Amino acid sequence: MRVPVDWLREYVEVPSEATGQDIAAALVSVGLEEEAVHTGGVRGPLVVGRVLTMEPEAHKNGKTVNWCSVDVGAANGTGEPQGIVCGAHNFAPGDHVVVVLPGGVLPTPDGPLEVSARRTYGHVSAGMICSERELGLGEDHDGILVLERRYAEDPDALARCVPGADALALLGLDRETVEVNVTPDRGYCFSVRGVAREYAHASGATFTDPVQALAAAAPGPTASGYPVRVADDAPVRGRAGCDRFGARVVRGLDVAAPTPQWMRTRLTEAGMRPISLAVDVTNYVMLGLGQPLHAYDLATLGSEIVVRRARPGERLRTLDDVERTLDPQDLLITDGGETPLGLAGVMGGASTEVSGATTDVLLEAAHFDPVTIARSARRHRLPSEASRRFERGVDPALGPAALQLAVELLVRYGGGEAGEEVTDVGSPQPPAPVAMDVDFPSRLVGVDYARGTVVSVLEAIGCAVDGHADRLTVTPPSWRPDLRTAEDLVEEVARIHGYARIPSVLPTPPGGSGLSHAQRVRRTVADVLAARGLFEVWGAPFVGEDRLAALGLDVAAETARTVRVANPLSDEQPWMRPSLLATLVDALRRNVSRGAKDVALFEVGLVTALDGPQRAAPTVEVGVLPPPETLAAIREAVPPQPRHLAVLLTGELDRAGWWGPGRRADLGDVLELVDALAEALAVETVVTADDVMPWHPGRCARVALADGTVLGHVGELHPTVVQALGLPPRTVGGELDLDALTVAADHPVRARTLATYPMAQSDVALVVDRAVPAAAVRGSLVAGGGDLLEAVQLFDVFEGEQVGAGRKSLAYRLTFRSPERTLTTEEVSGLRDAAVAAAARDHGAVQRA
Amino acid sequence: MSGPNTSYDPVEVAALDPSALDAAVEAALAAAAAAATLEELKAARGAHQGDRSPLALANREIGALPPSARAEAGKRVGEARGRVGRAFAARQADLEAERDARILVEEAVDVTLPTGRRPLGRRHPVELMSQRIADLFVGLGWEVVEGPEIEAEWFNFDALNFDADHPARQMQDTFYVDPPQGGLVLRTHTSPVQARTLLERGVPVYVAAIGRVFRTDELDATHMPAFHQVEGLAVDEGITMAHLKGTLDRLAAELFGEGITTRLRPSYFPFTEPSAEMDLRCFVCRGEDPQCRACKGTGWIEWGGCGMVNRNVLTACGVDPERYTGFAFGMGVDRALMFRTGASDMRDMIEGDVRFDAQFGMEV
Repeated sequence: MRVPVDWLREYVEVPSEATGQDIAAALVSVGLEEEAVHTGGVRGPLVVGRVLTMEPEAHKNGKTVNWCSVDVGAANGTGEPQGIVCGAHNFAPGDHVVVVLPGGVLPTPDGPLEVSARRTYGHVSAGMICSERELGLGEDHDGILVLERRYAEDPDALARCVPGADALALLGLDRETVEVNVTPDRGYCFSVRGVAREYAHASGATFTDPVQALAAAAPGPTASGYPVRVADDAPVRGRAGCDRFGARVVRGLDVAAPTPQWMRTRLTEAGMRPISLAVDVTNYVMLGLGQPLHAYDLATLGSEIVVRRARPGERLRTLDDVERTLDPQDLLITDGGETPLGLAGVMGGASTEVSGATTDVLLEAAHFDPVTIARSARRHRLPSEASRRFERGVDPALGPAALQLAVELLVRYGGGEAGEEVTDVGSPQPPAPVAMDVDFPSRLVGVDYARGTVVSVLEAIGCAVDGHADRLTVTPPSWRPDLRTAEDLVEEVARIHGYARIPSVLPTPPGGSGLSHAQRVRRTVADVLAARGLFEVWGAPFVGEDRLAALGLDVAAETARTVRVANPLSDEQPWMRPSLLATLVDALRRNVSRGAKDVALFEVGLVTALDGPQRAAPTVEVGVLPPPETLAAIREAVPPQPRHLAVLLTGELDRAGWWGPGRRADLGDVLELVDALAEALAVETVVTADDVMPWHPGRCARVALADGTVLGHVGELHPTVVQALGLPPRTVGGELDLDALTVAADHPVRARTLATYPMAQSDVALVVDRAVPAAAVRGSLVAGGGDLLEAVQLFDVFEGEQVGAGRKSLAYRLTFRSPERTLTTEEVSGLRDAAVAAAARDHGAVQRA
Repeated sequence: MSGPNTSYDPVEVAALDPSALDAAVEAALAAAAAAATLEELKAARGAHQGDRSPLALANREIGALPPSARAEAGKRVGEARGRVGRAFAARQADLEAERDARILVEEAVDVTLPTGRRPLGRRHPVELMSQRIADLFVGLGWEVVEGPEIEAEWFNFDALNFDADHPARQMQDTFYVDPPQGGLVLRTHTSPVQARTLLERGVPVYVAAIGRVFRTDELDATHMPAFHQVEGLAVDEGITMAHLKGTLDRLAAELFGEGITTRLRPSYFPFTEPSAEMDLRCFVCRGEDPQCRACKGTGWIEWGGCGMVNRNVLTACGVDPERYTGFAFGMGVDRALMFRTGASDMRDMIEGDVRFDAQFGMEV
C-alpha cells in the first residue's frame, strides 16, 4: 500500500517535521513493514529565479546558447545574480523560472545527476534552469518551465514565486509516499484511513476518522433507491456472497470535467493511473477509505440489479476486454437477473463501463464475502485492487460513508447533482464479542500488563470493552474481522504496548536425549566420505524423463515409483527424483565444465520411492483434529521418501604431483568407500556382482546387508550412459539406501577379549576358474579355517600360462591365533589344510605347489 | 682380541722396551687423531691395534719374560694398550657423531613442498550450519526432528491454520504434486514438522526441525527453488513470548556473536498468534553505521518469522490450548550461512561446485 504523506496528514496529525522515513519507522513498530519511501527524485537547492538578462551567443557548432544572469535571491549565499548557460529560448528576461543550484540532484533515466558549477561555452555555468521533464513534472522538454505560464490561473501560487523561494515545496517535489507491506490479516490497512489509524497507534498522534463525518452526512435509504436484489442461492462454504449492497446516483456530470490536479497527483503517487473523473473518484475513495466502489453508466442499466451466482457456461466480457467463461461459484452483478454487469468484487463488465459520454452514474458500494472473491480472483487470474481488499476483509459498515464521499466529489468536481435515490440492502453480521481473561495477555506474552493498559489498548483500536474484574467481553470494530479469538486481542495488546518491551527469557525444557541414532549416523557417513576426499553437494530434486532414459533406466518403471510436480519450474523436469544419481550427475558435469578434472562428490538426500500407486491425501477443515482414520490416510498418502547416499568420482582420486603419477578413481575406490562406511558403522556388508543400469555390466556390484537386504549398487557407469550424459569416461559411483544402513547400524557392538598368544601365518595360493568370485573363495576359507582363523588377506591375484587358460591364482595369507595357547606347527598346518579343503570342495580350488 | 701366543720369537723381545712402547703409543695416538674418516680410523686401528702392531707384539712377548719381570711388563703394556684403545674409541665416537650429524643434514627435505596426494574432501557448509544449529538446540535440552519433503497439504497448510481460501495460502509459491487435488505438496516450510511432532510426541515438547523446503522461485543470486529452514517449536505450560525472545536471542548470539540480539516486529502468520517478524541486529555494523551495506543502514536484518502457536494449530494436533501454550519460529539456514560467511550468491550453494565447499573447513 502506497500512502502519499500529505494524504496521511489529512487524517492524522503527523508532526510537521516528520519525514517519510520517520513515518515508515513508526509504522514498522506496529507491524506495517516498510517497503520504500518514494520521492520525486529531485533534491535541492531548487529555487525560484528571475531572469535578469539573457545574451544569445552563437557558437561554432551551430548552436546558439543564452548566457543568463538570474536573480535567485539569497539562495546562493551571496545575493549576487547567478550566471547560467541555457540552451533553450522559450523564455525572456523578467520571467520566473526554476533553478537548480550546484549541489542539487535531478533524476535522469541513467540515475541521479548531481548538478555542479561547470565551464561550458566559455562561461562558468553555476546551475541549471530546468524544464518540466528534467524535474519529472511532465514530458515537456522543449522548453524551460516558466512559472508565469504554469500558474497563469493560480494567482496564489504565482504570488509565492519570488526569487530564492524553495521551488521543491512550490512544485510539490518535496512530496513523499510511504509504501508499506500490509499483512493479509489487516485488510483495513489497504486504505489511507487504516494506515493513519495505525500511525496514531504507533506515535500517539491524534487520528480523526474521516468516516465519522461522512457517515453522519450520508442519507439513509430511500424508497426511490435503485432497486437491488441479492439472490445468492449457492453460498460458498455457507457464507452469503453479498451481505450488503449500497448504491447512490449522480446525474448531470460534465463529461469534459477534468480530475483535479491534486487528486491526479495522489492517485499517481498511490500507484494508480488517472483515467476519468468518475473512475478516478471511485479509486480515490477506495484508496482513502478502503471501500471498493464501482461506477455504472446509469443509461446502460435496465430496471433492477440482481446479485446472483453465475450459471454454468455463462460468459462476461470484463473491463480489461477479456471474454471470460464463468463458474457457478462466481458471484455476479446482473441487470435484471439476466445480463451480467460484472464479476462481483473483482472487475466490472465492459458493457456498462462509464465512458466519455456518461453523464449519469450509479455508484455501487457493496460488501462481498472474502472466500467468494478470493476464489473468483484466483480462478480468473484477476487480482484487482478491489479483490485484494475484499479477500482481506472490507469494513462492512463503510458503504454509506464511501458513497457519500464519492457523491460529494462528483458533485463538486463534475458539476453533477446528487440523486435522492439511496439504496442500502442487506445486513452484515456484526462482529462477535470475544471473551478474554484480563490476565491472558500477560500469561501469553510474559509482560505484566495492567488491566488499564489492556482495556485502553483495545479501546484505542476501536473495540468496545465490557466486563467484570477478571473477564472482559470485547467487541471488535467493524473494520477488524480478523479479531476473532482472545489470542488475536493479545497480539493487539502486545503490539500497541510494544513488542520491544517483551523481555528475553530462556525457557527451561525438561531435557532431551541428544541427537538421534539416525542423525549421528548421517554425520558419521558424511564425515567419513569427506575425510576420504569426497565433497558434499546438494541440489534441487527435479528430473526429467530424458535424464532417466540417459541413465538407461526403464522410464515407465522409474516414474511409476515417484510423483510429478503439477507446476514445475521447468516442464523438462517435472518429476521428483527417484534416485540421487539422477541429479548428482548435474553437479559432476558442472564441475567438469568449469574446468575440474578430478571430481569426487557425494550427496545425502531424500528420494521418492512409492511402493504402490500414488494415493490422494484427504483434506480437512483447518483448526480441527481429524479422526484417527483420516489422519492415518493423510500420513499414508505421503510417499515413502528414504534417505539415500550417492557418490560419483571421476579423474584421479590419488593425485599426480611432484611425488609421482596419480591414480584414477576406479570401482575399487567406490567399494572401499562402501567398506569404510560399513566399518565406521560396524555393519557387515556383502558385495556381489550384478548387472543393472546405469552400470557397466561387468563392473557393477550389488551391496547388501548380511541378511540379504539390498542397500544399493555401485559400479563404473555404462559407456552408453557416459556418452549420453557427456560425462568423463570411466566415471564411477554408487547409490545406497542410507536408512537401511542406519537401521542395520542401530545396535551396540559386543567387545571380544583380545587374544595375546602368538599368531601363526601360513600362505596358500589357490587356483580357481576365472569366474569364481574372490569373495566366495574367501568365504570357504573362513568357513573351513574355523574359529582360530583370525584373518584372511588376499595378497596376490595372478592369471597366466602357469595357472592355465581361464584360471586364476589367488594367494592368501592366513593368520591363526588361539585365545588360550600357542598353536603348534602341526595344528596350524591342519587348520590351513582344512581351509584349503573347503575352498577345494566349494570351488574346485587347487593349491599351487 | 689377540689369540694365544703361537709365534713366539725371542728376537723381538726388544718391543717391550719402555721407550719403544711410548713411541708406539704416541704413534697410535697420532694416527687416531689424524684419521679423518671412519675408514681411515679403521685402517689406523689395524696398524696400531692389530695382530701385527707393535703393541700386540709387545703383549705377546710378555710371556717370554722371566716370571719376576712379567708383572711390571704386563702392567706397562696394559696401560699402553689401554691408552691407545681409549683414544681409538673416542675418535670412533667422534667420527660416528660427525657422520650421523652429516646424514641428518643430508636427509633434510624441503618441508615446503606441496602436499595433496589425497586431498581432504569437505562437508557442504549449509549442512555444517544445520549441524551447528542442531547442536545448539541439543545443548539447550531440545531434540532435533525431521519430516518428509513431499508432504500432505493438511500438514503443510490446514493443520497450520492456513485456510484454503486465505490469501496467505497463495503467498507461499507452492509446488503442488500432480494431480493438484491429490492433497500433496512439496513442503513450503519446515512448519509441518510442528504438527507431526505434536501429534506424535504430545506435550510438553521442545524440538527443532531442520531441513529442505521448496518454493516456486527461479534460481538467482537471492532465490533458490529449494533451500533450508530451521523450525523451533516449544509447547509447554506457561510458555510466553518472552521465552520466544530469549530463545531467539540465544540462537543469534551463538551463531553471530555475543551482543547480536533479535528484534520482534508485529506480523501475520496463520499458524501463530501473536505473530512477529524476527530481525537480527546487524552483525556487520551492530547498528552503528548508517551507511552499512549489510543492513542498508537500518541496523537490522530480516531473518524469519515467529510467534505463539495458534490455538487452532494446537487443537488440530490434539493439544489442549487452555492448558498449554507454545512458541514457534522459522528461519533460513542458507541465509544464516550467508550472514555468517559473507557468501553472497545463492547459486553457489546449490550448484554443487566443489570450490564453494573447499573454501570452508569442516566447521562453519
